Amino acid sequence: MRLSESVVVGSPPRVVWSYLADLDGYERFMTGITRWDSEGEATTGLGARRRMLIKVGSAEVGGLIEMVEWDEPNDLAWSSVTGIDQRGRFRLRPVGNSSTRVELRYQYGVAGGGLTGWLSERISARALSTQLRTSLGELKRLVESERGKRAAAAVEAERAGA
Amino acid sequence: MASKPKPVSGASTNGHHASTNGGAPKISDRVPLEGLADTVGRASGEAVRLGQGLAMKGLTRVAKSLEKRLQADLDDRDPDYIRENLPLSWLAATIWYRAEVRNLSNVPEKGPVLLVGNHTGGNMSPETIFFTLAFSTYFGVERRFHQLAHNLVLASPLGPYLRRFGTVAASHENALAALDAGAAVLVFPGGDWEVHRPSWQSAKIDFGGRRGFVRLALEKDVPIVPVVTIGGQETALWLDRGAWLAKLLRLDRTARLKVLPILIAPPWGLTVGDFLPRIPLPAKMTSEVLPAIHLREQFGDEPDVDEVYEYVTGAMQETLDNLAAERRFPVIG
Repeated sequence: MRLSESVVVGSPPRVVWSYLADLDGYERFMTGITRWDSEGEATTGLGARRRMLIKVGSAEVGGLIEMVEWDEPNDLAWSSVTGIDQRGRFRLRPVGNSSTRVELRYQYGVAGGGLTGWLSERISARALSTQLRTSLGELKRLVESERGKRAAAAVEAERAGA
Repeated sequence: MASKPKPVSGASTNGHHASTNGGAPKISDRVPLEGLADTVGRASGEAVRLGQGLAMKGLTRVAKSLEKRLQADLDDRDPDYIRENLPLSWLAATIWYRAEVRNLSNVPEKGPVLLVGNHTGGNMSPETIFFTLAFSTYFGVERRFHQLAHNLVLASPLGPYLRRFGTVAASHENALAALDAGAAVLVFPGGDWEVHRPSWQSAKIDFGGRRGFVRLALEKDVPIVPVVTIGGQETALWLDRGAWLAKLLRLDRTARLKVLPILIAPPWGLTVGDFLPRIPLPAKMTSEVLPAIHLREQFGDEPDVDEVYEYVTGAMQETLDNLAAERRFPVIG
């Protein structure tokens, strides 16, 4: 099953990238994540691993994932090592001079196939799509609100200097 | 020329030969009436012996099959099979029971652990399905997880499938073997006594005084993690455990059955025994995992079994009371 959601964030790609590259901060905007523990020495960048779980229906599903693509500030992708088969990607593309289109692609498959596999993929897709959409909304809110705070702080600093 | 009548003795001899030779008498043979009863008697005697032999062989085969099913071969657990069947469990848990397992993070990340649950939902026991799902997706199918079940469950047609999920017959020896293998082991001390309690006792922990789980945890020095579930008793209407009926039919001695429940369940209506497959009502199921209890850290080097029992069941009852208070309506949750 392949899902895709996107949002336009009012900040340039490098600013958005700084949030996505900080893997420790994902719980601030990723909805439904119930576990997001670092595994191994690398906490960020290519090869960094996380033990993650996401609530889908009656189960917390996920497993060990590894960052397999780290193309700053354009693409960040991960793939499963254990647990359910999954592959995810954040795709950042500039919109105008100061905005970024952030696309979150998520591909997953349940083991076994058959009718139950087909059904569970389709039923879980609805819940997961909502979670992806909410997560992107949270990311947008986080980036833009912090950018607003920084802009306000800069204005305050300018006034104080004047 | 008149034909000579055949001598009776000769015919008798023929009949005797047929019998002693072991061959079946031919239909065309003329058997004198006085030898018929004897021949039939011998033939039926052999048939009875043959029948007895076949019956004994059949019974021996069934007994061997049952014995094999009840042995704890931990290697029967098949992680790949579990992984492939998780979608079915997920569908049942998510759509039918709207099941929820809370605080699985209370289970220690590694090592053997004794999960102690209150048993609900009769022989179908839905919590076994969705807790196995939750455990397997949370820790991965690679982590050893065994469930102890009543002999009759494993002897049922579902037995071979359950064994692949890691289910073994409920016995102290099997639990020891699983813990020795480093597994997380789920036990239901209340067993058939608790699982068939009347529906209006849904919010009652009732292990029937069975303290074996405490001794087991002490013997292997493993933590106890209580798992409290509500909702199972609403998947049908249990009217009575039928302990008196089980005693009357001597099932307590012959089949280790202390109860023979009387319940109302679709599609059968009023039913006795809960042996037939039935359609469980889609009751909302909730399980909560409590923090691990390290017995020697909490109760000293020589913990008192009764004290630990009271502590564990007390903590579980408190949680069950809270879960019951959350529910507004039966079945709906």
